Amino acid sequence: MKEIKILSPCGLLGYGYPETSFRRGLEQCPDVIAVDAGSTDSGPYKLGAGMAIVSRQATRKDLLPILAGGHQRNIPVIIGSAGGAGARTHVDWSMEVIEEIVREERLSLEAAVIYADVDRGYLHQKLDENRIEPLGPVPELTHAAIDAALRIVGQMGCEPIIGALDQGAQLVVAGRAYDPAPFAALPIHRGFDPALALHLGKILECGALCATPGTTKDAILGYLRDDHFIVEALDDGRKCHPTSVAAHTLYEKDHPYLLQGPGFELDLSECAFEAHGENGVRVSGSRASATERYAVKLEGASQVAFRTIFIAGVRDPILIENIDEITRGVTDQIREDYRELPDSGYQILFHLYGKNAVMGRLEPLGEPGHEIGVVLEVVASTQELASAICARARSTMLHYPYPGRKSTAGNLAFLYSPSDIPCGPVYKFNVYHLVEVGDPCELFRTEYRKVR
Amino acid sequence: MARAARLYDLATVLRSKNAGPFELTLDVIFDDEESYQIVKRSGVINRELVCRLYRVRPEEVYHVVCFDAARAIKITIKRPVDSGGIGDTDVYGAQQHAPLIDVMIPIED
Repeated sequence: MKEIKILSPCGLLGYGYPETSFRRGLEQCPDVIAVDAGSTDSGPYKLGAGMAIVSRQATRKDLLPILAGGHQRNIPVIIGSAGGAGARTHVDWSMEVIEEIVREERLSLEAAVIYADVDRGYLHQKLDENRIEPLGPVPELTHAAIDAALRIVGQMGCEPIIGALDQGAQLVVAGRAYDPAPFAALPIHRGFDPALALHLGKILECGALCATPGTTKDAILGYLRDDHFIVEALDDGRKCHPTSVAAHTLYEKDHPYLLQGPGFELDLSECAFEAHGENGVRVSGSRASATERYAVKLEGASQVAFRTIFIAGVRDPILIENIDEITRGVTDQIREDYRELPDSGYQILFHLYGKNAVMGRLEPLGEPGHEIGVVLEVVASTQELASAICARARSTMLHYPYPGRKSTAGNLAFLYSPSDIPCGPVYKFNVYHLVEVGDPCELFRTEYRKVR
Repeated sequence: MARAARLYDLATVLRSKNAGPFELTLDVIFDDEESYQIVKRSGVINRELVCRLYRVRPEEVYHVVCFDAARAIKITIKRPVDSGGIGDTDVYGAQQHAPLIDVMIPIED
């Protein structure tokens, strides 16, 4: 029987994992250790600001056993969406951490570094050729949006990673990658069914989130065979159930069983999820078809404003009864105070926790609790203006009158001194499109380095 | 007499999450086949309900799909504000399932 074993240490590099689970996984002699280091979930700031999701220290802590274990047992290691958003700055940051570990542990590795940054000139040309289309509910791409984006990355499929493995890389550090690609690349390279490999990759990329209890902070092992795969939890306290694995198949996806990726569509409607052994699940019936044209997802982020906030609590019952009139009144007062500025030059946003801050106008329940957490947010074109308006809104709200007022000394219990917090730039995903490519690798640049 | 149960009580998993920065996806998953079939057959979870609860237009409801193999119903809609954009209140979209909690499902005796 043909079999390939894939070890996933955790759901996101830097989230952490128990050493015992990882060791247990290593003892099964996996063919590859793969880990996803990125996500768009935390919003556009990582790509815009070039920042990571996790700390350098956390990345180092997670990488050390992976690099040392892989080196010792001669198992290839593949990291996808390095550094969080997978742009050059993120990949180089990851490589710094890796080089530090390799030096200290006296390892020696043939590494492939795959950059996913997309050249603006290339995109302008593709746009002129009508080869770029929106992905979901976003506007058509414009030349101005391409120029406004601080960074633009392409989401690679398995092909550039397979190319690097083909060149003998023991460590592949990939920029922005389709989440399952680091897991599916080696199996596809070795001739396993791409549909099963990608479906397994989709499950493994979140670590033990497909188990019960689910978590991204634990290791999980996948066994890929000719016509099925098995996922197995590595911690005694966790089990993979057919329901938990099936449920994970539809996690974070727009459709439960039709999943689009670079160059293919997965159809999981005919899948069977069956219990296997003590804590494993056997999955079969995954199907995939190549799309007519190969499209790569583009992600770009631009800076749109600056933000300043304050956090305060409100406890007086009459004040809580009047909270909507007060917030409206404060906003009107600021508009009046800053009448020389156009209304479009800044925004004042009240977030009333305990009332409707989470759901906004969709909140089905009307009555607030006994206290309300107020986050007042001002966004404006400069940090100075955002802070000035936030300060004015703060002092206005602190002493704002309302009918029946008994707590006449002040309306807000500020959490901090100073109360106002400048938050820096605000970003937006201004590129979220598909570009049609001739070659799946044409957007990506691979560099081979000996790391020691 | 016809009875009814809250969706929150029938479902094992009731969750919301981003499906990319511009879409929100809601999953209703059942441990037992009976509860899944009760909800699926009731037809209560449909496009009109989603439009009403989430104040979106029918064309902004991208999917309301049942997936038998996972005993799951998935709803995907346009996000009111893109993830992390100005005015967004839930960057991961992880707490937007509340309007579904009290949806009542009729149970035939």
